[in-house]
Amino acid sequence: MSNIPGDLKFAKTHEWVRQEEDGTLTVGISDYAQGLLGDLVFVELAEMENEVKAGDDCSVVESVKAASDVYAPVSGEVIEVNEALSDTPEVVNTDPYGDGWLFKLRPVDDQEIADLMDAETYAEHVAAEE
Amino acid sequence: MANKTPLFDAHVALNGKMVDFFGWDMPLHYGSQMKEHETVRSAAGMFDVSHMTIVDILGPGARDYLRHLLANDVDKLKGCGQALYTAMLNDHAGIMDDLIVYFIDVNHYRLVVNSATREKDLAWINEQSHGFSVGIQERQEYAMVAVQGPQALEKVCQVLSPVKMDIAKTLSFFECAEAEGWFIARTGYTGEDGLEIVIPTTEVVDFWQQLLDVGVAPCGLGARDTLRLEAGLNLYGQDMDESVSPLNSNLNWTVAWEPQDRLFIGRASLELQKQKGVDRRLVGLVLEDKGVLRHGQKVMVEGLGEGEITSGTYSPTMGCAIALARIPKDAGKKVSVEIRGKLLTARVVKPPFVRNGKILVNEER
Repeated sequence: MSNIPGDLKFAKTHEWVRQEEDGTLTVGISDYAQGLLGDLVFVELAEMENEVKAGDDCSVVESVKAASDVYAPVSGEVIEVNEALSDTPEVVNTDPYGDGWLFKLRPVDDQEIADLMDAETYAEHVAAEE
Repeated sequence: MANKTPLFDAHVALNGKMVDFFGWDMPLHYGSQMKEHETVRSAAGMFDVSHMTIVDILGPGARDYLRHLLANDVDKLKGCGQALYTAMLNDHAGIMDDLIVYFIDVNHYRLVVNSATREKDLAWINEQSHGFSVGIQERQEYAMVAVQGPQALEKVCQVLSPVKMDIAKTLSFFECAEAEGWFIARTGYTGEDGLEIVIPTTEVVDFWQQLLDVGVAPCGLGARDTLRLEAGLNLYGQDMDESVSPLNSNLNWTVAWEPQDRLFIGRASLELQKQKGVDRRLVGLVLEDKGVLRHGQKVMVEGLGEGEITSGTYSPTMGCAIALARIPKDAGKKVSVEIRGKLLTARVVKPPFVRNGKILVNEER
Protein backbone atom coordinates (compact mmCIF):
# COMPACT_ATOMS: atom_id res chain seq x y z
CA MET A 1 0.00 0.00 0.00
CA SER A 2 1.48 3.34 -0.98
CA ASN A 3 1.40 6.49 1.10
CA ILE A 4 -1.09 9.19 -0.03
CA PRO A 5 -1.06 12.35 2.14
CA GLY A 6 -4.49 13.91 2.62
CA ASP A 7 -3.40 17.54 2.12
CA LEU A 8 -2.18 17.08 -1.45
CA LYS A 9 -3.90 17.06 -4.82
CA PHE A 10 -3.08 14.60 -7.55
CA ALA A 11 -3.07 14.28 -11.33
CA LYS A 12 -4.09 11.09 -13.15
CA THR A 13 -0.50 10.75 -14.34
CA HIS A 14 0.63 10.40 -10.69
CA GLU A 15 2.05 13.86 -9.99
CA TRP A 16 1.19 15.43 -6.63
CA VAL A 17 0.59 19.15 -6.06
CA ARG A 18 0.89 21.13 -2.83
CA GLN A 19 -0.59 24.62 -2.66
CA GLU A 20 1.84 26.87 -0.80
CA GLU A 21 0.78 29.96 1.17
CA ASP A 22 2.25 32.31 -1.44
CA GLY A 23 -0.03 30.83 -4.11
CA THR A 24 2.67 28.81 -5.85
CA LEU A 25 2.50 25.05 -6.33
CA THR A 26 5.09 22.43 -5.47
CA VAL A 27 5.02 19.35 -7.71
CA GLY A 28 6.45 15.86 -7.35
CA ILE A 29 5.56 12.27 -8.18
CA SER A 30 3.52 10.10 -5.85
CA ASP A 31 4.82 7.31 -3.65
CA TYR A 32 2.92 4.89 -5.87
CA ALA A 33 4.68 6.26 -9.00
CA GLN A 34 8.18 6.08 -7.50
CA GLY A 35 7.45 2.50 -6.42
CA LEU A 36 6.47 1.54 -9.94
CA LEU A 37 9.59 3.11 -11.42
CA GLY A 38 12.01 1.55 -8.94
CA ASP A 39 15.44 2.92 -8.07
CA LEU A 40 15.82 6.33 -9.73
CA VAL A 41 19.25 7.06 -11.18
CA PHE A 42 18.65 10.31 -13.09
CA VAL A 43 16.29 13.26 -13.06
CA GLU A 44 16.16 15.61 -16.02
CA LEU A 45 15.01 18.79 -14.34
CA ALA A 46 12.26 21.02 -15.70
CA GLU A 47 13.41 24.18 -17.50
CA MET A 48 13.27 27.33 -15.44
CA GLU A 49 10.87 30.06 -16.57
CA ASN A 50 9.25 27.63 -18.96
CA GLU A 51 5.54 28.34 -19.58
CA VAL A 52 3.87 24.95 -19.45
CA LYS A 53 0.33 23.83 -20.16
CA ALA A 54 -1.45 21.18 -18.11
CA GLY A 55 -0.38 17.80 -19.50
CA ASP A 56 2.90 19.03 -21.04
CA ASP A 57 5.89 16.83 -20.32
CA CYS A 58 8.37 19.00 -18.47
CA SER A 59 10.72 16.71 -16.57
CA VAL A 60 11.96 13.14 -16.91
CA VAL A 61 12.68 10.64 -14.16
CA GLU A 62 14.77 7.61 -15.06
CA SER A 63 15.18 4.38 -13.16
CA VAL A 64 17.66 1.64 -14.03
CA LYS A 65 14.98 0.10 -16.21
CA ALA A 66 13.16 2.96 -17.93
CA ALA A 67 12.64 6.66 -18.51
CA SER A 68 9.30 8.20 -17.58
CA ASP A 69 7.93 11.65 -18.40
CA VAL A 70 6.62 13.89 -15.66
CA TYR A 71 3.71 16.08 -16.77
CA ALA A 72 2.68 19.53 -15.62
CA PRO A 73 -0.44 18.89 -13.52
CA VAL A 74 -1.72 22.38 -14.28
CA SER A 75 -0.69 25.28 -16.52
CA GLY A 76 1.79 27.84 -15.27
CA GLU A 77 5.38 29.05 -15.18
CA VAL A 78 8.21 26.95 -13.79
CA ILE A 79 9.74 29.15 -11.07
CA GLU A 80 12.03 26.74 -9.24
CA VAL A 81 13.53 23.29 -9.84
CA ASN A 82 15.01 20.91 -7.31
CA GLU A 83 18.68 21.14 -8.31
CA ALA A 84 19.72 18.75 -5.53
CA LEU A 85 18.17 15.87 -7.47
CA SER A 86 20.92 16.09 -10.12
CA ASP A 87 23.26 14.46 -7.65
CA THR A 88 20.78 12.56 -5.50
CA PRO A 89 17.91 11.30 -7.69
CA GLU A 90 17.27 8.49 -5.18
CA VAL A 91 15.69 11.04 -2.83
CA VAL A 92 12.57 10.83 -5.01
CA ASN A 93 12.32 7.18 -3.90
CA THR A 94 13.05 7.78 -0.24
CA ASP A 95 11.09 11.02 0.28
CA PRO A 96 8.70 11.53 -2.66
CA TYR A 97 6.49 14.10 -0.85
CA GLY A 98 9.34 15.96 0.86
CA ASP A 99 12.90 16.50 -0.36
CA GLY A 100 12.05 14.57 -3.52
CA TRP A 101 9.89 17.39 -4.96
CA LEU A 102 10.61 18.11 -8.64
CA PHE A 103 9.63 21.70 -9.47
CA LYS A 104 7.49 24.69 -8.44
CA LEU A 105 4.90 26.37 -10.61
CA ARG A 106 3.15 29.72 -10.58
CA PRO A 107 -0.32 28.61 -11.71
CA VAL A 108 -2.48 30.62 -14.11
CA ASP A 109 -5.85 28.88 -13.82
CA ASP A 110 -7.47 28.15 -10.45
CA GLN A 111 -10.08 25.94 -12.06
CA GLU A 112 -7.35 23.50 -13.17
CA ILE A 113 -6.25 23.17 -9.55
CA ALA A 114 -9.82 22.59 -8.41
CA ASP A 115 -10.17 19.86 -11.04
CA LEU A 116 -7.24 17.80 -9.65
CA MET A 117 -8.06 14.73 -7.58
CA ASP A 118 -8.12 14.81 -3.81
CA ALA A 119 -6.30 12.09 -1.86
CA GLU A 120 -9.36 9.88 -1.57
CA THR A 121 -10.12 9.95 -5.30
CA TYR A 122 -6.46 9.38 -6.10
CA ALA A 123 -6.40 6.32 -3.82
CA GLU A 124 -9.30 4.89 -5.86
CA HIS A 125 -7.47 5.75 -9.07
CA VAL A 126 -4.38 3.87 -7.87
CA ALA A 127 -6.46 0.91 -6.69
CA ALA A 128 -8.04 0.68 -10.15
CA GLU A 129 -4.59 0.60 -11.77
CA GLU A 130 -3.17 -2.05 -9.47
CA MET B 1 -1.55 -18.60 -21.01
CA ALA B 2 2.00 -17.64 -20.17
CA ASN B 3 4.53 -20.38 -19.41
CA LYS B 4 5.50 -20.71 -15.78
CA THR B 5 8.71 -22.22 -14.45
CA PRO B 6 8.52 -24.65 -11.50
CA LEU B 7 9.67 -21.73 -9.33
CA PHE B 8 6.73 -19.46 -10.21
CA ASP B 9 5.04 -19.83 -6.81
CA ALA B 10 8.36 -19.23 -5.06
CA HIS B 11 8.80 -15.95 -6.98
CA VAL B 12 5.30 -14.79 -6.07
CA ALA B 13 5.87 -15.73 -2.41
CA LEU B 14 9.04 -13.59 -2.46
CA ASN B 15 7.06 -10.61 -3.84
CA GLY B 16 8.64 -10.95 -7.23
CA LYS B 17 7.34 -8.38 -9.70
CA MET B 18 6.25 -10.76 -12.44
CA VAL B 19 6.42 -9.68 -16.08
CA ASP B 20 5.99 -11.33 -19.43
CA PHE B 21 9.33 -12.34 -20.95
CA PHE B 22 8.79 -13.80 -24.42
CA GLY B 23 5.84 -15.87 -23.24
CA TRP B 24 7.22 -16.68 -19.78
CA ASP B 25 6.02 -15.21 -16.48
CA MET B 26 9.33 -14.20 -14.94
CA PRO B 27 10.42 -12.02 -12.00
CA LEU B 28 11.75 -8.59 -12.99
CA HIS B 29 12.91 -7.89 -9.43
CA TYR B 30 11.95 -8.71 -5.85
CA GLY B 31 11.88 -5.13 -4.58
CA SER B 32 15.06 -3.41 -5.73
CA GLN B 33 16.89 -4.22 -8.93
CA MET B 34 19.80 -2.08 -7.75
CA LYS B 35 20.24 -4.03 -4.49
CA GLU B 36 20.07 -7.33 -6.34
CA HIS B 37 22.74 -6.12 -8.73
CA GLU B 38 25.03 -5.05 -5.90
CA THR B 39 24.48 -8.33 -4.06
CA VAL B 40 25.71 -10.33 -7.05
CA ARG B 41 28.80 -8.12 -7.34
CA SER B 42 29.63 -8.37 -3.63
CA ALA B 43 28.10 -11.61 -2.27
CA ALA B 44 25.79 -14.11 -4.01
CA GLY B 45 22.51 -13.94 -5.89
CA MET B 46 20.43 -16.50 -7.73
CA PHE B 47 18.39 -16.38 -10.91
CA ASP B 48 15.69 -18.71 -12.13
CA VAL B 49 16.77 -19.42 -15.71
CA SER B 50 14.48 -22.39 -16.21
CA HIS B 51 12.91 -20.64 -19.20
CA MET B 52 16.10 -21.23 -21.19
CA THR B 53 16.10 -24.06 -23.68
CA ILE B 54 18.28 -27.11 -23.04
CA VAL B 55 18.99 -29.26 -26.08
CA ASP B 56 21.03 -32.45 -25.93
CA ILE B 57 22.91 -33.67 -28.99
CA LEU B 58 23.35 -37.42 -28.70
CA GLY B 59 25.08 -40.13 -30.69
CA PRO B 60 28.37 -40.91 -32.44
CA GLY B 61 27.96 -38.07 -34.93
CA ALA B 62 27.57 -35.36 -32.28
CA ARG B 63 31.06 -33.90 -32.61
CA ASP B 64 31.03 -33.76 -36.41
CA TYR B 65 27.56 -32.29 -36.41
CA LEU B 66 28.46 -29.50 -33.98
CA ARG B 67 31.61 -28.68 -35.94
CA HIS B 68 29.24 -28.08 -38.87
CA LEU B 69 26.56 -26.22 -36.89
CA LEU B 70 28.61 -23.79 -34.79
CA ALA B 71 31.04 -20.99 -35.64
CA ASN B 72 33.29 -21.90 -32.72
CA ASP B 73 34.91 -25.32 -32.82
CA VAL B 74 33.98 -28.01 -30.30
CA ASP B 75 37.33 -29.61 -31.09
CA LYS B 76 38.79 -26.97 -28.77
CA LEU B 77 37.15 -28.95 -25.97
CA LYS B 78 39.99 -31.30 -25.19
CA GLY B 79 38.25 -33.33 -22.57
CA CYS B 80 34.80 -34.15 -21.27
CA GLY B 81 33.51 -31.60 -18.84
CA GLN B 82 34.50 -28.49 -20.78
CA ALA B 83 32.29 -25.75 -22.22
CA LEU B 84 32.48 -23.23 -25.04
CA TYR B 85 30.62 -20.03 -25.93
CA THR B 86 29.67 -19.76 -29.59
CA ALA B 87 27.42 -18.19 -32.19
CA MET B 88 25.19 -20.28 -34.43
CA LEU B 89 25.09 -18.70 -37.90
CA ASN B 90 22.81 -18.97 -40.92
CA ASP B 91 24.15 -19.38 -44.47
CA HIS B 92 24.68 -15.61 -44.77
CA ALA B 93 26.69 -15.54 -41.52
CA GLY B 94 23.81 -13.81 -39.72
CA ILE B 95 23.61 -14.77 -36.05
CA MET B 96 20.76 -17.24 -35.42
CA ASP B 97 21.54 -17.37 -31.72
CA ASP B 98 24.39 -17.45 -29.22
CA LEU B 99 24.78 -20.38 -26.87
CA ILE B 100 27.02 -22.37 -24.60
CA VAL B 101 27.89 -25.91 -25.65
CA TYR B 102 28.88 -28.35 -22.91
CA PHE B 103 30.91 -31.48 -23.67
CA ILE B 104 29.50 -34.20 -21.43
CA ASP B 105 30.90 -37.26 -23.22
CA VAL B 106 31.76 -38.33 -26.77
CA ASN B 107 28.15 -39.24 -27.46
CA HIS B 108 26.63 -36.36 -25.54
CA TYR B 109 26.87 -32.59 -25.89
CA ARG B 110 24.46 -30.15 -24.28
CA LEU B 111 23.42 -26.79 -25.75
CA VAL B 112 21.75 -24.05 -23.72
CA VAL B 113 20.06 -21.63 -26.11
CA ASN B 114 17.84 -18.58 -25.61
CA SER B 115 14.18 -19.06 -24.77
CA ALA B 116 13.05 -16.21 -27.02
CA THR B 117 14.45 -18.08 -30.04
CA ARG B 118 13.42 -21.59 -28.94
CA GLU B 119 11.16 -22.59 -31.88
CA LYS B 120 13.44 -21.12 -34.51
CA ASP B 121 16.53 -22.71 -32.98
CA LEU B 122 14.97 -26.16 -32.59
CA ALA B 123 13.75 -26.12 -36.19
CA TRP B 124 17.19 -25.06 -37.43
CA ILE B 125 19.10 -27.53 -35.27
CA ASN B 126 16.90 -30.37 -36.50
CA GLU B 127 17.01 -29.28 -40.13
CA GLN B 128 20.80 -29.07 -40.15
CA SER B 129 21.25 -32.52 -38.63
CA HIS B 130 20.35 -34.44 -41.80
CA GLY B 131 23.20 -36.70 -42.78
CA PHE B 132 24.71 -36.83 -39.30
CA SER B 133 24.10 -39.74 -36.96
CA VAL B 134 22.74 -37.72 -34.08
CA GLY B 135 19.64 -37.55 -31.98
CA ILE B 136 18.33 -34.19 -30.84
CA GLN B 137 16.43 -34.00 -27.62
CA GLU B 138 15.00 -31.00 -25.82
CA ARG B 139 15.15 -31.53 -22.05
CA GLN B 140 11.98 -29.98 -20.66
CA GLU B 141 12.15 -32.11 -17.54
CA TYR B 142 14.93 -29.88 -16.22
CA ALA B 143 14.87 -26.53 -14.49
CA MET B 144 17.93 -24.30 -14.26
CA VAL B 145 19.24 -21.99 -11.55
CA ALA B 146 22.21 -19.64 -11.90
CA VAL B 147 23.96 -18.76 -8.63
CA GLN B 148 26.38 -15.91 -9.19
CA GLY B 149 28.75 -13.75 -7.19
CA PRO B 150 32.04 -14.00 -5.29
CA GLN B 151 30.37 -16.11 -2.58
CA ALA B 152 28.29 -18.23 -4.99
CA LEU B 153 30.42 -21.36 -4.92
CA GLU B 154 30.79 -21.34 -1.14
CA LYS B 155 27.03 -20.85 -0.61
CA VAL B 156 26.03 -23.54 -3.11
CA CYS B 157 28.45 -26.00 -1.51
CA GLN B 158 26.71 -25.45 1.83
CA VAL B 159 23.52 -27.02 0.46
CA LEU B 160 24.87 -29.67 -1.92
CA SER B 161 25.07 -33.35 -1.03
CA PRO B 162 28.67 -34.48 -0.24
CA VAL B 163 29.04 -36.15 -3.65
CA LYS B 164 27.78 -33.13 -5.56
CA MET B 165 29.88 -30.80 -3.45
CA ASP B 166 33.07 -32.73 -4.16
CA ILE B 167 32.35 -32.48 -7.86
CA ALA B 168 31.36 -28.79 -7.81
CA LYS B 169 34.55 -27.86 -5.96
CA THR B 170 36.80 -29.31 -8.64
CA LEU B 171 35.30 -27.27 -11.49
CA SER B 172 37.36 -24.53 -13.09
CA PHE B 173 35.82 -21.66 -15.08
CA PHE B 174 33.84 -23.03 -18.06
CA GLU B 175 33.97 -26.60 -16.79
CA CYS B 176 30.98 -28.81 -16.08
CA ALA B 177 30.06 -32.19 -14.63
CA GLU B 178 27.11 -34.44 -13.95
CA ALA B 179 26.45 -35.38 -10.34
CA GLU B 180 23.64 -37.59 -9.08
CA GLY B 181 21.26 -36.54 -11.84
CA TRP B 182 22.19 -32.85 -11.66
CA PHE B 183 24.38 -31.00 -14.13
CA ILE B 184 26.69 -28.40 -12.63
CA ALA B 185 28.63 -25.87 -14.71
CA ARG B 186 30.93 -23.04 -13.70
CA THR B 187 29.43 -20.60 -16.17
CA GLY B 188 27.20 -17.55 -16.00
CA TYR B 189 25.98 -14.30 -17.50
CA THR B 190 27.02 -11.73 -14.90
CA GLY B 191 30.78 -11.29 -15.09
CA GLU B 192 31.12 -12.87 -11.66
CA ASP B 193 32.20 -16.31 -10.57
CA GLY B 194 29.35 -18.74 -10.11
CA LEU B 195 27.51 -21.85 -11.16
CA GLU B 196 24.68 -22.70 -13.50
CA ILE B 197 22.88 -25.79 -12.30
CA VAL B 198 20.53 -27.93 -14.36
CA ILE B 199 18.27 -29.82 -12.01
CA PRO B 200 15.14 -31.98 -12.34
CA THR B 201 12.02 -29.80 -12.12
CA THR B 202 10.84 -31.96 -9.19
CA GLU B 203 13.85 -30.97 -7.06
CA VAL B 204 14.31 -27.31 -7.90
CA VAL B 205 11.84 -25.81 -5.42
CA ASP B 206 13.67 -27.42 -2.47
CA PHE B 207 17.06 -26.38 -3.84
CA TRP B 208 15.88 -22.76 -4.25
CA GLN B 209 14.59 -22.72 -0.66
CA GLN B 210 17.86 -24.16 0.68
CA LEU B 211 19.80 -21.44 -1.14
CA LEU B 212 17.49 -18.80 0.35
CA ASP B 213 18.10 -20.29 3.80
CA VAL B 214 21.87 -19.85 3.47
CA GLY B 215 21.47 -16.24 2.41
CA VAL B 216 21.57 -16.31 -1.38
CA ALA B 217 19.48 -13.37 -2.62
CA PRO B 218 16.84 -13.98 -5.29
CA CYS B 219 17.51 -11.73 -8.31
CA GLY B 220 15.31 -10.91 -11.28
CA LEU B 221 15.66 -10.26 -14.98
CA GLY B 222 16.35 -6.57 -14.32
CA ALA B 223 19.57 -7.22 -12.40
CA ARG B 224 20.48 -9.96 -14.86
CA ASP B 225 20.37 -7.37 -17.64
CA THR B 226 22.46 -4.70 -15.89
CA LEU B 227 24.98 -7.32 -14.73
CA ARG B 228 25.46 -8.82 -18.18
CA LEU B 229 25.76 -5.37 -19.74
CA GLU B 230 28.45 -4.34 -17.26
CA ALA B 231 30.17 -7.62 -18.09
CA GLY B 232 30.05 -6.67 -21.79
CA LEU B 233 28.01 -9.73 -22.72
CA ASN B 234 25.68 -9.41 -25.70
CA LEU B 235 21.95 -10.05 -25.43
CA TYR B 236 20.49 -11.88 -28.40
CA GLY B 237 17.68 -9.99 -30.13
CA GLN B 238 19.01 -6.69 -28.84
CA ASP B 239 22.76 -6.46 -29.48
CA MET B 240 22.72 -8.98 -32.30
CA ASP B 241 20.33 -10.82 -34.60
CA GLU B 242 20.31 -12.36 -38.06
CA SER B 243 21.12 -9.02 -39.72
CA VAL B 244 24.63 -8.95 -38.21
CA SER B 245 27.56 -11.35 -37.97
CA PRO B 246 30.12 -12.08 -35.23
CA LEU B 247 32.46 -9.61 -36.96
CA ASN B 248 30.26 -6.62 -36.21
CA SER B 249 29.08 -7.95 -32.85
CA ASN B 250 32.39 -7.95 -30.97
CA LEU B 251 32.45 -11.75 -31.26
CA ASN B 252 35.42 -12.26 -33.59
CA TRP B 253 37.08 -14.18 -30.76
CA THR B 254 34.33 -16.82 -30.87
CA VAL B 255 34.91 -17.71 -34.53
CA ALA B 256 37.32 -20.62 -35.03
CA TRP B 257 38.90 -19.98 -38.45
CA GLU B 258 41.34 -22.87 -38.10
CA PRO B 259 41.35 -25.51 -39.41
CA GLN B 260 40.45 -23.97 -42.75
CA ASP B 261 38.76 -27.09 -44.03
CA ARG B 262 36.07 -26.99 -41.32
CA LEU B 263 33.12 -25.76 -43.36
CA PHE B 264 30.78 -24.54 -40.61
CA ILE B 265 27.50 -22.97 -41.62
CA GLY B 266 28.02 -19.37 -42.69
CA ARG B 267 31.78 -19.73 -43.15
CA ALA B 268 31.86 -18.70 -46.83
CA SER B 269 29.87 -15.51 -46.21
CA LEU B 270 31.88 -14.72 -43.10
CA GLU B 271 35.20 -15.09 -44.97
CA LEU B 272 33.94 -12.73 -47.64
CA GLN B 273 32.99 -10.20 -44.96
CA LYS B 274 36.39 -10.56 -43.36
CA GLN B 275 38.15 -9.89 -46.68
CA LYS B 276 36.03 -6.86 -47.51
CA GLY B 277 36.04 -5.58 -43.93
CA VAL B 278 32.92 -4.69 -41.98
CA ASP B 279 31.77 -1.07 -41.87
CA ARG B 280 30.41 -1.24 -38.32
CA ARG B 281 31.54 -2.67 -35.02
CA LEU B 282 30.00 -3.18 -31.62
CA VAL B 283 31.74 -1.10 -28.95
CA GLY B 284 31.22 -0.03 -25.37
CA LEU B 285 30.21 3.52 -24.48
CA VAL B 286 30.58 5.34 -21.18
CA LEU B 287 28.47 8.49 -20.90
CA GLU B 288 30.53 11.41 -19.63
CA ASP B 289 27.53 13.69 -19.11
CA LYS B 290 24.61 12.99 -16.80
CA GLY B 291 21.77 10.94 -18.22
CA VAL B 292 20.96 7.33 -19.06
CA LEU B 293 21.86 5.55 -22.29
CA ARG B 294 19.06 3.40 -23.73
CA HIS B 295 18.45 0.95 -26.55
CA GLY B 296 17.67 2.77 -29.81
CA GLN B 297 19.36 6.11 -29.09
CA LYS B 298 21.25 7.60 -32.00
CA VAL B 299 25.05 7.85 -31.87
CA MET B 300 26.77 10.54 -33.94
CA VAL B 301 30.35 10.00 -35.06
CA GLU B 302 31.93 13.11 -36.48
CA GLY B 303 32.70 12.79 -40.17
CA LEU B 304 31.72 9.12 -40.29
CA GLY B 305 27.96 9.06 -39.86
CA GLU B 306 25.61 7.53 -37.36
CA GLY B 307 25.28 4.46 -35.23
CA GLU B 308 22.87 3.17 -32.66
CA ILE B 309 22.84 2.04 -29.05
CA THR B 310 21.84 -1.60 -28.87
CA SER B 311 21.74 -1.90 -25.05
CA GLY B 312 22.06 0.89 -22.54
CA THR B 313 21.59 1.31 -18.83
CA TYR B 314 22.79 3.01 -15.72
CA SER B 315 25.68 1.01 -14.31
CA PRO B 316 25.19 0.54 -10.57
CA THR B 317 28.87 -0.42 -10.15
CA MET B 318 30.28 2.54 -12.07
CA GLY B 319 27.67 5.12 -11.12
CA CYS B 320 27.19 6.35 -14.67
CA ALA B 321 25.48 5.29 -17.87
CA ILE B 322 27.03 2.62 -20.10
CA ALA B 323 26.01 1.01 -23.38
CA LEU B 324 26.84 -1.30 -26.20
CA ALA B 325 26.55 0.50 -29.54
CA ARG B 326 27.02 -0.44 -33.16
CA ILE B 327 28.92 2.43 -34.76
CA PRO B 328 31.09 3.16 -37.83
CA LYS B 329 34.24 1.06 -37.62
CA ASP B 330 36.70 3.95 -37.66
CA ALA B 331 35.10 5.96 -34.87
CA GLY B 332 37.60 7.58 -32.51
CA LYS B 333 37.52 7.86 -28.74
CA LYS B 334 34.60 10.25 -28.40
CA VAL B 335 31.11 10.16 -29.88
CA SER B 336 27.86 12.05 -29.28
CA VAL B 337 24.61 10.43 -28.22
CA GLU B 338 21.29 12.11 -28.90
CA ILE B 339 19.00 11.97 -25.87
CA ARG B 340 15.68 13.84 -26.12
CA GLY B 341 17.08 16.29 -28.65
CA LYS B 342 20.30 17.02 -26.75
CA LEU B 343 23.77 15.82 -27.73
CA LEU B 344 25.75 14.27 -24.89
CA THR B 345 29.37 13.10 -24.95
CA ALA B 346 30.30 9.45 -24.58
CA ARG B 347 33.68 7.73 -24.50
CA VAL B 348 34.29 4.67 -26.69
CA VAL B 349 35.69 1.72 -24.70
CA LYS B 350 36.29 -1.95 -25.16
CA PRO B 351 33.89 -4.08 -23.12
CA PRO B 352 33.74 -5.55 -20.52
CA PHE B 353 33.09 -2.61 -18.23
CA VAL B 354 33.14 -4.66 -15.01
CA ARG B 355 34.46 -8.14 -14.20
CA ASN B 356 34.69 -9.85 -10.83
CA GLY B 357 33.54 -6.75 -9.03
CA LYS B 358 36.22 -4.50 -10.55
CA ILE B 359 35.76 -1.63 -12.97
CA LEU B 360 37.92 -2.32 -16.02
CA VAL B 361 37.40 0.77 -18.16
CA ASN B 362 39.59 3.58 -16.94
CA GLU B 363 38.16 6.79 -15.60
CA GLU B 364 39.61 9.46 -17.86
CA ARG B 365 37.28 12.41 -17.67
